[in-house]
Amino acid sequence: MSEAQTSHSNTTAKAKNWADAKPVLKVDDLRIHYETPKGAVIAVAGISFTLYEGETLGLVGESGCGKSTTAYGILQLIQPPGHIVGGEIGLEGKNLIGLSERDFRRLRWTKLALIPQGAMNSLNPTMKVHEQIADVIVTHEGRQSKEKIKQRILDLFKTVGLPARIYDMFPHELSGGMKQRVCIAMGICLNPTVVIADESTSALDVVVQRVVAQTLLKVKELLGVSMIMIGHDMGLMAQMVDRIAVMYAGKIVEIASVHSLFKEPMHPYSQVLIDSIPSLKEKKPLKITEGITHDPRNPPPGCIFQLRCPHVMDVCRSKEPVMRELKPRQEVACHLYEVDAKGEVKNVAASA
Amino acid sequence: MKGITLVYFLRRFGIFLLTVWIAATLIYIIPRMAPGDPISAMVARMTQQAGYIENSDVIIAGWRKRFGLDDPWYLQYGRYLKNLVTFDFGYSLASFPTTVKEIVFRALPWTLGLLSVSTALFFFIGNFLGAMLAWNKTPRIIKGLIPVSMIFTSVPSLLAALMLLYFFAFQLGWFPSLSAYGRGIVPGWTWTFIGSVMWHAILPIMSIVVVTFGFWTLGMRGMMITVEGEDYVTLAKAKGLKPFYSLYRYTIRNAILPQITALALTLGTLVGGQVLVEYIFSYQGMGNAIFTAIRNQDYPVIQGTSYILILTTALAVFIMDMIYPLIDPRISHEGN
Amino acid sequence: MATISANPKRKISRFNRFDNPWLNPFLITGVFLIVIILLGAFIGQFTWDSDLALVGNSPLKQPPVGVSHTTLRGTSVGTWEHPLGTDGDGRDMLAVMIVGAPRTLAIGFIAAAAGMGFGILLGFMAGFMGGRVDDVIRIASDTTITIPSILVLIVIQSVIPVNLVGMALLISAFAWPGPTRLIRGQVLSMKESGYVKMARISGASTFDIMFKEMMPNLIPYLAASFIGNMQGSILAAIGLEVLGLGPQRVPTLGKSIYWSVQLSGLSQGLWWWWGFPALILVVIFVGLLLINLGLDEISNPRLRQKVE
Repeated sequence: MSEAQTSHSNTTAKAKNWADAKPVLKVDDLRIHYETPKGAVIAVAGISFTLYEGETLGLVGESGCGKSTTAYGILQLIQPPGHIVGGEIGLEGKNLIGLSERDFRRLRWTKLALIPQGAMNSLNPTMKVHEQIADVIVTHEGRQSKEKIKQRILDLFKTVGLPARIYDMFPHELSGGMKQRVCIAMGICLNPTVVIADESTSALDVVVQRVVAQTLLKVKELLGVSMIMIGHDMGLMAQMVDRIAVMYAGKIVEIASVHSLFKEPMHPYSQVLIDSIPSLKEKKPLKITEGITHDPRNPPPGCIFQLRCPHVMDVCRSKEPVMRELKPRQEVACHLYEVDAKGEVKNVAASA
Repeated sequence: MKGITLVYFLRRFGIFLLTVWIAATLIYIIPRMAPGDPISAMVARMTQQAGYIENSDVIIAGWRKRFGLDDPWYLQYGRYLKNLVTFDFGYSLASFPTTVKEIVFRALPWTLGLLSVSTALFFFIGNFLGAMLAWNKTPRIIKGLIPVSMIFTSVPSLLAALMLLYFFAFQLGWFPSLSAYGRGIVPGWTWTFIGSVMWHAILPIMSIVVVTFGFWTLGMRGMMITVEGEDYVTLAKAKGLKPFYSLYRYTIRNAILPQITALALTLGTLVGGQVLVEYIFSYQGMGNAIFTAIRNQDYPVIQGTSYILILTTALAVFIMDMIYPLIDPRISHEGN
Repeated sequence: MATISANPKRKISRFNRFDNPWLNPFLITGVFLIVIILLGAFIGQFTWDSDLALVGNSPLKQPPVGVSHTTLRGTSVGTWEHPLGTDGDGRDMLAVMIVGAPRTLAIGFIAAAAGMGFGILLGFMAGFMGGRVDDVIRIASDTTITIPSILVLIVIQSVIPVNLVGMALLISAFAWPGPTRLIRGQVLSMKESGYVKMARISGASTFDIMFKEMMPNLIPYLAASFIGNMQGSILAAIGLEVLGLGPQRVPTLGKSIYWSVQLSGLSQGLWWWWGFPALILVVIFVGLLLINLGLDEISNPRLRQKVE
């Protein structure tokens, strides 16, 4: 246990002091389109972010905002008619886009692992649980003795809190929470550099969700992997991640540390998101209508959020806001703020 | 929990018995719902064909007595069922001292042989090609050629048999046109005999395979596309498994399951097609036995051969039901 | 499949502006083939003497027009008097086609329709009533579907002489399990789906739910099942005819093949005797298959995307 403890403090330290932390994964201007008869649906409209060593980055936004597509784009799992139109994905300094399928296959799971959404369907129904973990080990590490693999899988089970008796079971014999933990065990079995957890807890009921979330956290701290967590539960995110990227209609509108984002969200959409977390103390009216109001094939010029923004200005309808670091470690794409000569941030709407 | 549970076994066995019973009863009841009885109907037809039969009243009365047609219906039906269980179908009318049982069991092995070989072939070829069609790494040329090979799909096998017989046996003379082995060859475990049997079986088998595999290709393609959309196949790709391993262990392994179920369901149609192909090729299996019996108005033989084929089909389905849980681990759970 | 393609256009070539699923090329071609057969037979009824389809109304073993046939007795050349030739009993093959083709389709249609009606009824009963009714219907359809129907039909028809409609109805006794299973499965899954539940809550009657809410969604499946039944029924009818059973006096496509096999039409090289009926049947079966493939793509849009 002492080992786990030290690694825990290490990662936390790294996360706290991430200004000099090493970037692991760099996504630059990634664009993903889905071709439809009526034109391309722009699912990811040029997003950029950096994932640092040992940190957990949360990717949040309403359903359909492109957060899962981003994840699948990084893993190059986009199914036709979807495809990556442009951008760069750098993993430890190496551009992944343009790699041959063969070379990329070698990087899968050893460097980039996925803990999928809805563990219900993510396990092959005709293979025993241990076979599905063993095959990925054998594929990437070569043949090894059965006992060795078995011991390794049982250790993994212990790490994620699974009983050894499920070793020989088929997926349909497991509960939802167990399946999700099998997926976590599978995700970490090769000690990957980056783990992408795609709504790993959303299909489960609240108690199981908690347990699985804690398992994820524990595993992450134990291994010190970098993680991208995708989800829409802001409450859960607050506890699990170091930084949060807020996505809206295929774009990142704000990236900030959890602390700053919850304390002082700057982008109007982030503000709405934080505001919409239910509170026991007061009943707040919801400030925003649901759903994307523009046609995803044909976004309006200017800011992507203009149709729903409570502070929309003329400039938002013509000029696209760029990401600016308005406060330390808080990047926002919004016309609402101006930096004056002294380097202070002013709210345009408030001063007017 | 694993494998076959007793409940599952009993349920499937019950279905097997029920299938045979329903078919046997249909065969029994419907002819008797017609005006007159089978014997008089048969004699009437014989009269029609032969012009006049002497003492037809006496013959009818004699047969009625012999077949117990004057007994109450439940006795007749009970006796009928008992005879089915003991495979006792009486004597052939056309070749009298021969029992129906002899005729049937002389023909059955030939039919089973053809049927199992052709089924294995079209099922393998069909699923293989279907998987190729759906796999994203199959060369374009092959993907283009597979549909071309399927032009005969859906054509009844008896028509394929006619065409193959006409071109390859009668016109080109490459293959024999009738029987299951060459004339004058003594049956036995000799190479001459085995070779001759294989030689004679090629066209009948081809006529079934050529028209049937396309269905399985299409079915497999559809299943592959469905399974490729499943999360576990996406995850298999994310895991960086080797493409061929992932294709086989994750996609095909799951896509083939409904195909196996479908095979059990189409077995009946298959047996029907096989009977007709055997008839076209004068192959000495059940098809030919049935046709000869129809031509000779040999009712007991018609009934016996049909019943045995129905029984064999149901048995095959039952055996597949027993094998299926070993392939699909989910199934015996559902049985509980 | 997630490879980045330099040319995304190629992958979406099947998309076009007319994205109406019913304008499916398979479906259109299939319907076209069946219509051709029906139209040909229809026109033939008025322009050709169908009495020529009866025994002895024409010379024997005449080859089709433009074909010469040599036997030991000499060479005969086809004439326009019998464009498709004549058979060994003196039937004009064109007349046999004109009379036989619509009959074959009619048997398929009647048997499939009767089987369908029965099947839909039982399927809805099983799906909606559940419990014992469902058990009985399910087991009955599971057993019937595995019975080699042609054997039962052989036994029955070798005793009872039947006419065309009788034969179709007997065949339909084995055409119901398909639609029954289909409807039952769909009803069970739809019962759980939102919109049928909503209809229930809003007080719609079971009948309304069945026909107004569920039927429209079932149409492509039902159509496919109907076509499948037609294939099966025609197959059974042809099989019986080829074995010499079924309606005795009327010429049919299957009977034509039966006679050509029995009277050594094959070994004598009289290919037009069995060839034309076989050709018509092949066109019918290919047509039905194409219709079914089209319907399959309509009800399952995923099949429409080419997997590259």
